[in-house]
Amino acid sequence: MKKRQSIGLAAVALLFTLSVFAQTLTRAQERAKAKAQNVPEIPYDSVPNFLKLPPGLYFGEVVGVATNSKGHVFVYTRSYNTRLLEFDQTGKFLKEIGEGLYGFQFAHAVRVDPQDNIWAVDEGTNMVIKFSPQGKVLMVLGHRPESGEVPVTPGFGVAPPPAEPYTFNRQTDVAWDPQGDIFVADGYGNSRVVKYDKNGRYVTSVGSHGSKPGELNIPHTLAADAQGNVYVGDRTNNRIQVFDNDLKLKTMYDKVGAPWAVCITPGPHQYLYSSNSNPDNNNSEIMAVTGEVYKMELDGTILGKFGKPGKQLGEFSTIHEMDCRSENEIVTAEINRWGVQKIVLHPKK
Amino acid sequence: MSIFSNLVGMTLLAGSLFAQAPDITFNSTDFLKMPDRMYMGEAAGVATNSKGHVYVYTRTGDAYATTGTSRTFTHGGSRLFEFDQNGRYVGEIGKDSYGFLLAESVRVDPQDNIWIVDKSSSLVVKFAPDGRVLMPMGRKPESIFVGSRGGGPGGGRGPGAGRGGEGAPPPPPPGSGAPGDLFNGPTDVAWDAQGNIFISDGFGNARVAKFDKNGKFIKSWGSRGSEPGQFNNPRSIATDAQGNVYVADKGNNRIQVFDNDGTFKTQIAGVGAPAAICISPGSHPVLYASNSNEVNSMDHGEIYKLDLDGKVLGQFGRAGHAVKEFGAVNEIDCRHANELYVGELMNWRVQKITLH
Repeated sequence: MKKRQSIGLAAVALLFTLSVFAQTLTRAQERAKAKAQNVPEIPYDSVPNFLKLPPGLYFGEVVGVATNSKGHVFVYTRSYNTRLLEFDQTGKFLKEIGEGLYGFQFAHAVRVDPQDNIWAVDEGTNMVIKFSPQGKVLMVLGHRPESGEVPVTPGFGVAPPPAEPYTFNRQTDVAWDPQGDIFVADGYGNSRVVKYDKNGRYVTSVGSHGSKPGELNIPHTLAADAQGNVYVGDRTNNRIQVFDNDLKLKTMYDKVGAPWAVCITPGPHQYLYSSNSNPDNNNSEIMAVTGEVYKMELDGTILGKFGKPGKQLGEFSTIHEMDCRSENEIVTAEINRWGVQKIVLHPKK
Repeated sequence: MSIFSNLVGMTLLAGSLFAQAPDITFNSTDFLKMPDRMYMGEAAGVATNSKGHVYVYTRTGDAYATTGTSRTFTHGGSRLFEFDQNGRYVGEIGKDSYGFLLAESVRVDPQDNIWIVDKSSSLVVKFAPDGRVLMPMGRKPESIFVGSRGGGPGGGRGPGAGRGGEGAPPPPPPGSGAPGDLFNGPTDVAWDAQGNIFISDGFGNARVAKFDKNGKFIKSWGSRGSEPGQFNNPRSIATDAQGNVYVADKGNNRIQVFDNDGTFKTQIAGVGAPAAICISPGSHPVLYASNSNEVNSMDHGEIYKLDLDGKVLGQFGRAGHAVKEFGAVNEIDCRHANELYVGELMNWRVQKITLH
């Protein structure tokens, strides 16, 4: 009896597997699906009710999340206004930072540097704002156009104005090397990555719109490793491009789908996570072949993956930013969840 | 009008006119203490009063538009903060005022009245020391078109725009120096000993306008150009004790000096493209002029100290984000000749500078 049951289960599993292989993907699905094959699944949980919102406080689309050295969680959200909210390590709400700030209009990403300064990247004002750990503005990069002088967004086929050293065009993310040099992914409008010194003085930049090596098509996320190499999520080109500290192209990883969000763990052995997020327009055709997160060595070796698209706890609703300060605790900001998840990985030893 | 279209040419000119002046050593103090949950935006204007209180007119953002039946109406976007002589926050003046759209400058007159100049509402507003509105000058356009560039009927920013209603004359061409009571992107205000009011006007109109102390229009002079008495982006204005008028003619890389009636006297060059000037009071006045960097450059940024004959006495600072660097200085207060308050657009801060 018992044996027959297990044979039956095996048969069902075999049929299921065959049917998946038999399915033909649409061309759009083929483009969106990660090329990596036979990637082991990493078991994981999602912590229920991680961030506790007080009554009357709401997240909108959560596009940014980052933790500091104490485990505090910073959430950058497109609410009625764009807001930056701080929670403690238990998920208790602490305070709001930058309420009504000149630089807050349409959130895109938040990161915390090694000194626990908080950096907000706002694509509605084209500003990058550095806050002290207490929430005081320490430095601002970029320039918000004066009202009435907002450049008209170029249409399709119209070249954007040439990139300027100190002005962004819907920039997306920020990272630092060990010297404190600043890297900005810029972005939807400018298709480049810019390097500044720690005082915000322009050093160099790389990239223009395109798909050749070194060109970018929506550099949407970036992270730097301990050697100062810069990993750029070149989202629409479905690849991560790795640049050295002078922004010379080193290599590309193109088997993990569209990198919406990347992060690199700290410590002596660093790992790279990249999310092949399901699309923010809830396109079910593409959603069927996306939504997973990859764990990689810095050299691009794929170690495992986890996650699938969906609205339930432990499923992902368009990951837009990830924090991986701890190798096995990934905090995700998800556009279509209007919330944050804390994912605990249980990799097999 | 786009400020960006002028930048390249102006930067090149500014670079060719570098003066060799001795460096002045200086300190910077992070003086103003913002309360929790309040933030400075672009510090367009800064000024002190006789008690040492510091006023900051800042672009805090999020001007918003409301829709009428056929026009859009804009509100907000800038705030006027007051701090005491120790840098402690005192309060806000003109909160939710009709005129506060895009801060350009603030000045305090000898009677401690506080004057703001707003680039977008094209208003100059005089507040009493206690914060009451004493006198608005110019008129805010009834409707400021929201969206891409250009103006709808009755909208726009031309001097005619504020008149509203049917039959309003079309605004004169930008830079024509149109006389009258209406401003088009004004930049700064100053007074002579009699209380006459001088307004640099400005981004759109390229003239200087003189009013009596009661706000009655007397005359104006200038139009866009580079001849003596013409202006290309007059960004800042100051008077000396004799009533001479100094105009920072930024786009022409010079400070023009006029007598009290607007007759051209001389010009001071060799200090880059001055975006902010001030003249200290007292028996030994000095003139400060900032060769401010543009938002897409970290070239220049130094501030010059001159005597009123235009002789450069020294210079200090450079462009940048760090302390003791300057990010697009838009206004300088020099009530005390060696203790300056510097408002920066690019760094969203005011530095208190002590010169040695």
